[in-house]
Amino acid sequence: MNMPFYVSPEQVMKDRADYARKGIARGRSLVALECAAGVLIVADNGSRTLSKISEIYDRVAFAAVGKYNEFQMLRVAGVRHADLKGYSYSREDVSAKELANAYAQTLGQVFTHEMKPYEVELLVAEVGRTGDDHAEMYHLFYDGVVMDERRFAVLGGQSEQITEALESQFTDGMELGDALKLGARVLGADGASLGAEHLEVALLERARPRRAFRRIKNAELTGLLDSK
Amino acid sequence: MPEPSSLPLFAPHTDPGPSFSELLRQVSPHQLPGAGAAAGTAPFEVPHGTTVVAIRYADGVVMAGDRRATAGYSIANRRIDKVFAADDFSGVAIAGAAGPAIEMVKLFQTQLEHYEKVQGEVLSLEGKANQLGMMVRGNLPAAMQGLAVVPLFAGYDQHRQRGRVFSYDITGGRYEEQDYQGQGSGSVHARNWIKANWTESMSLDDTIAVAIRALFAAADEDVATGGPDLVRGIFPLVAAIDADGFRALDEADVEARSRALLDGRERGGAEQ
Repeated sequence: MNMPFYVSPEQVMKDRADYARKGIARGRSLVALECAAGVLIVADNGSRTLSKISEIYDRVAFAAVGKYNEFQMLRVAGVRHADLKGYSYSREDVSAKELANAYAQTLGQVFTHEMKPYEVELLVAEVGRTGDDHAEMYHLFYDGVVMDERRFAVLGGQSEQITEALESQFTDGMELGDALKLGARVLGADGASLGAEHLEVALLERARPRRAFRRIKNAELTGLLDSK
Repeated sequence: MPEPSSLPLFAPHTDPGPSFSELLRQVSPHQLPGAGAAAGTAPFEVPHGTTVVAIRYADGVVMAGDRRATAGYSIANRRIDKVFAADDFSGVAIAGAAGPAIEMVKLFQTQLEHYEKVQGEVLSLEGKANQLGMMVRGNLPAAMQGLAVVPLFAGYDQHRQRGRVFSYDITGGRYEEQDYQGQGSGSVHARNWIKANWTESMSLDDTIAVAIRALFAAADEDVATGGPDLVRGIFPLVAAIDADGFRALDEADVEARSRALLDGRERGGAEQ
């Protein structure tokens, strides 16, 4: 009879974490920035059709880096979770915090019990309505750890350098154009900003009455990037 | 209902795809409209909504509804809403049993938004009309018990760049109307009014006036249709849908338009 080799739990967890981290580090990064208009999400994404950023509910958005099929599945599960909740209770009962907790449960569960952890990092963001300044950003890691981020959040392999850059350059209450240019700048390598063709951008806009999420693309995107 | 802390995840062969009603059927079937319906006919009167109209004009569609719900000979509600935005470019107006109808609208709205978010693109206007038809058909058992729901669906077709109007029968049959349609107990009178006044080149303002006046005509002849209530300030609900999307007129605007119309033809006492 074959006996499995003994591997300590510490080793198992470390191996899984290394595996997930490596997978995530291969992908490109994204940043979310609180600004005057709401929460701006800027992703380094060369694809015109495969999104990293999307709408979950009226005031809630989702963004992810890592393995596309995995975060895509989690995104759809999030939309289902939110729509079921809004349908059963009321639209205002859907919150980013609750959704972030549901994601944390699933990610944690898979990390400890499945063969392979998800190779993803997620962001769940929410804005209040006009006159209500609150914004929330939950940053979820592959093992289910949740961080409640303020001012900005950075996801992906190069997060350390980008966080450093943002810490020195981020200011509160930036205009949309300034926030977008800052995002494009910190995502670009060696100080060169990423161009519109490499960016996927969406805004959770406080002023919009119901569905706050909107994509910024084409002429609006180039216009904002070129603005002074 | 799944535990609030768990995500609804599915194996590939059970995945409900972009359909919210299919998702509901799998995780929470008791919340589907019509779930738990008993056999036999309802032995009591339930609130019914009455007259709604949808009229196509050059740039889009106007939808309007009176505000009355009746249960038998009683007025169940004086200010009920019967015209709803289905999404940014379409609207749905309801006649029939008010409770199931409003539930159907809620499911329909969620269905369209859910599809859009999961799929990343919006359904065609025709696709939306068909979805609503399936929901009306799903309500057929309840309809046989006296809880019929017959909506009107209208919207701006962004591919064809024109307004379109769809009507339904209680079996879910879906019919595209050329120019206008009415639904509910007073709709015969409303339709007649529209028929006499509709022209291809009507402006938005003219179309709104025809819609409001058609509802007044229905209220004149049909007890279940609510007329303009000058004492309480209750006037029809009106929405316009064009290339800029769905927009409900605010109450003060409809009141001003209604009062202007009342000062006209109604005054002379030509009608007995």
